[in-house]
Amino acid sequence: MCDSCGCGDPNLVSVEVHDKILSVNDRTAGHNREHLAGGGVFAVNLMGSPGAGKTAVLEATARGLAGKRRLGVIAGDLETERDADRLRAVGVPAAAITTGSACHLDAEMVHKALHQFPWRELDYLFVENVGNLVCPAVYDLGQAVNVVALSVTEGEDKPLKYPVMFRKADLVLLTKTDLLPYLDVKVEAIEEALARTMPRPQLLKLSARTGEGVAEWLAWLEERRAALSPAARAQAPNQGHQHA
Amino acid sequence: MVDRVEKEARERHAVAVHRLGVRLGALSGVEPELFAAAFTLVRQGLLQDAVLDLRRSEAVWSCPECASAIPAGGVLRCPACGVPAKLVSGDEILLEQIEMEVP
Repeated sequence: MCDSCGCGDPNLVSVEVHDKILSVNDRTAGHNREHLAGGGVFAVNLMGSPGAGKTAVLEATARGLAGKRRLGVIAGDLETERDADRLRAVGVPAAAITTGSACHLDAEMVHKALHQFPWRELDYLFVENVGNLVCPAVYDLGQAVNVVALSVTEGEDKPLKYPVMFRKADLVLLTKTDLLPYLDVKVEAIEEALARTMPRPQLLKLSARTGEGVAEWLAWLEERRAALSPAARAQAPNQGHQHA
Repeated sequence: MVDRVEKEARERHAVAVHRLGVRLGALSGVEPELFAAAFTLVRQGLLQDAVLDLRRSEAVWSCPECASAIPAGGVLRCPACGVPAKLVSGDEILLEQIEMEVP
């Protein structure tokens, strides 16, 4: 009789563990979060399909916040610096993480990028995740909020098809709303799908092209940032500690 | 996960790991079949003959006020209390159990 688990086989031991398989990522994400929030930087993990309009949203955000808030962007893509180049063109400090074949960013990639980035000077850090409605939802990066860009051309049922992503969203930005008159898409159907995937469904309609909804989006950001900052600053860690 | 298993095995001077119990929630974003396929690529050393025991858990939502169950797939709000549903389980990516052979 086995004296560890009573299984009858003297050579077998069963060890009960309760280990999060992504605990290494979660630890690094926690580290990123402490530094960013502690330094008064509001970090947004912006996710969405390829072509959902993530970069256009950030360009509109940069124009809207110009002269008022300092923002920076870390943009993840498999190849090229095109998104980072677009953002630099509108005066935003931007760094690219080229992931090669990886379909998402993880906390370690963001941590490494932050070391090369003047994040301490920012009010907002936007992490533009790799265009993908699946894997980015699984990896915590250390953000304050998750925002998912969903364009009107992607269809009403996307939230039901990708519930993992939408459950994690604090806000869904319905983008390219200037195209709505030309489509059969019903915004109510998207709202209905979100109510089934998000416990606290929040949807803002936005068109980076016409500027519709940009003011509401900026107001949402300011409100969330104001709500987070004092508490986060109070728990600020020692900013002087050394990194590996 | 492999690092954690090897650490546990070394601490107990195990000669082989036979079975790993892993729980994947329906809302974890991890597909069991792909997870199992990936595992075959990293299986070596003490884990060479280890079998994956994949355990699935469905998404379970309930009301944080009255604790009544709220069915997955429906509107995620308690019809009685009007508050947003809370996820009780279904997002786990957990290593639960390691079965190993010791001398």
